[in-house]
Amino acid sequence: MNKILFSAISKKFVMALAGLFLLLFLPVHLGINLMLLKDDPEPFNNAAHFMATFHLVKAVEILLLLTILVHVVYGIILQVQNWFLRPVRYAVRNKSETSAFSRFMIWTGGAVLIFLVIHFFNFYFMKLGLVDGDPENFYSIAYQLFSIPGYVILYWVCFILLGFHLYHSLQSAFQTLGLANDFWTPVIKGISLIYAVAVPLGFAIIPLFIWLLK
Amino acid sequence: MKLRLKIWRQKNAKTKGAFAFYDLDGVSPDMSFLEMLDSLNKKLIEEGKDPIAFDHDCREGICGSCGMFINGYPHGPVPGLTTCLLSMRYFKDGEKIVIEPWRAKPFPVIKDLIVDRSAFDKIQIAGGFISVTAGAASEANSILVRKKKSDEAFDSAICIGCGACVAACKNASAMLFVSAKISQFALLPQGRPEAKERVRAMIVEMDKQGFGTCSNTGACEAQCPKKIKLTNIARLNREYYSAF
Repeated sequence: MNKILFSAISKKFVMALAGLFLLLFLPVHLGINLMLLKDDPEPFNNAAHFMATFHLVKAVEILLLLTILVHVVYGIILQVQNWFLRPVRYAVRNKSETSAFSRFMIWTGGAVLIFLVIHFFNFYFMKLGLVDGDPENFYSIAYQLFSIPGYVILYWVCFILLGFHLYHSLQSAFQTLGLANDFWTPVIKGISLIYAVAVPLGFAIIPLFIWLLK
Repeated sequence: MKLRLKIWRQKNAKTKGAFAFYDLDGVSPDMSFLEMLDSLNKKLIEEGKDPIAFDHDCREGICGSCGMFINGYPHGPVPGLTTCLLSMRYFKDGEKIVIEPWRAKPFPVIKDLIVDRSAFDKIQIAGGFISVTAGAASEANSILVRKKKSDEAFDSAICIGCGACVAACKNASAMLFVSAKISQFALLPQGRPEAKERVRAMIVEMDKQGFGTCSNTGACEAQCPKKIKLTNIARLNREYYSAF
């Protein structure tokens, strides 16, 4: 029974479910971030306050942190196991055609993780009181960060890499969950492309708008 | 045609192998890739040297024996062909060709370009069959099958178990092979009674043989000489989840 519960497919199933949950979270985060475009800091700060204090959201937050942990840990374990399965490498690089960005998931995922750690230091740990700062005024903290050119460049690079990660992840999760056939797979691939462009672009235009308009 | 060949030579499973270089003249563009290797071996034997060991049997693309990694592609650069059906006309005069065995931990090299693919046999033995009472074949039309399903089952059943999917996969995953072997039964009424036991047993055996996990890169589908589709893997996943 253990062999069945912890089979390669079961691990991928967990990865896919965790990934899909994270895919649902991103548009919510983006929706709140878009409030940064307003001149009035109130709506954004109120939304951040609501997310930090409402009980149901706090429960979802714990689930979210666990999901990130599971997705990252399983991703790394599976990748490391897979790396050891070709002890003698090919002399000529494997030229087999693959789905775009699918071979680089560990690297694009790693970049997103690095950004997430920085992001936690900037915001989440402040909320927990681990880092100095006013958690009731995330609006001004975001504006301060976006005034640093180096931060914005890192922000954009990470979101481009996130886009690459998302493009493969959505369609791959459906395939892993068994939800793929000749009719739906092209549709899901189209949705993957739209999602992978729209969501990172939504995040990336915020510092650009702030620079140009304010 | 004149060719410069770089071929993996390995005495046996225990010794460490290395590449050897061979210049081969007089290759006809009408030859198959294996005939080209035959002509090289003839030359080596005449020179009193050890010929290159490679797997081959039917030489008409249906047995799955002749897998080798040619210039970065399993079965060579032409999609939908096994090595035996790969013609030398796809190569240029004077071209350098690098030939390697399948590289995957569950497929250890036996000699030169021959790998041990008995891991595939063990997966098949675990559940890739239906239990029927032996005797005279029953009337073919006694169980009706939708034409579409029967075609899909056939498209999965043509998997020849060559191992190109494992060789192409960055994770050395056998999911395309196993999914084809599951699908050919899952799609037909004769395969349903034992579907749950089959998928569980074959997946446990697949893991035991040490194949990697599927990253859905699609390299297997791109390199499969029989064009087994990725949707088979989705079906395998569905079968697995519904086996509890």
